[in-house]
Amino acid sequence: MPHCSPARAEGVTTLGRSSGASVVRVDDLELLAAIGAGDEAAFTELVRRYHPSLVKVARYYVGSDATANDVAQETWMAVVRGIDRFEGRSSFKTWLLRICVNRARSIGTREHRQVPIDPTEQGPSVPANRFDEGGAWTDPPTPFSDSIDEAVSNAELVAAVRGAISALGDPQQSVVTLRDVEGLSTQEVAELLGLSVANVRVILHRGRAKVRELVEHQMRGVDR
Amino acid sequence: MKLLPSPLVCREAVELVADYVEGALSPRATRRLEKHLAKCPHCSAYLSQISSTIAASGTVGPEDLEPEVLSGLVDLFRSYQADTGDSVRDPLDGGSASPS
Ligand SMILES: [Zn+2]
Repeated sequence: MPHCSPARAEGVTTLGRSSGASVVRVDDLELLAAIGAGDEAAFTELVRRYHPSLVKVARYYVGSDATANDVAQETWMAVVRGIDRFEGRSSFKTWLLRICVNRARSIGTREHRQVPIDPTEQGPSVPANRFDEGGAWTDPPTPFSDSIDEAVSNAELVAAVRGAISALGDPQQSVVTLRDVEGLSTQEVAELLGLSVANVRVILHRGRAKVRELVEHQMRGVDR
Repeated sequence: MKLLPSPLVCREAVELVADYVEGALSPRATRRLEKHLAKCPHCSAYLSQISSTIAASGTVGPEDLEPEVLSGLVDLFRSYQADTGDSVRDPLDGGSASPS
């Protein structure tokens, strides 16, 4: 049974500590310090938090899922060995992603892989057949939830969104993951992926529109 | 002489929503879109869908990690700890992580 901690948005989650029965909230930096001291539970917790996003961002630069997973694995080992030291100039998350990107990029260069720079599919956000000739809705959308609070706690919606993001191609998947799942700023996403802010916005626009369309399909129960 | 922009139709309005939620729309385009949204429940529903989708994305949890991947990483962690010897054992003691 998947368990979503609502506190995750702040990079904080709960982790049991061996001393006493109390469960304390542990942020990324405390976990990092504990890893340096050999704490396996702390390592596991950080891996749980960030490994999927590391793989996704690595996949942007390298040619296969297997290589992307290797790059993410090397990133963790670099952190554990203290090869790359966190100096607090950015958030831990951004620092970690940057280590991963640097490794992935050099492997991608060795592989002579073309990084997917610009989405060439410049279709409309909503399929044209949903509008009449004058541009008014003929098949209008209905809200997925009554409010943002309700959206966040709607398990069906969250599952549909997760599936939709996984179904995106690159560069949309990387951009949507970094911006909407990990909550990085557009500027940070642009730096990590070597794109302009304007390009990130265009890709995000397409990615979110695609996610919305896939989620709507799912929520309407249109199956075939 | 000032040209009045023609009112947005829904097909155009939805293309502005992405930049609108990013706060990247010009003040003029923002006014045009908000004017449309005020009288169009359908485009308001579209905006609501996009906002809900973004909010839900932020809760896509870390639990979609495959168990084999996690156990593989934990194995690597263990073998590294074993290699570096048993000098550091107390996880609450700061240990080798803190520069001296
Ligand atoms: Zn409309």
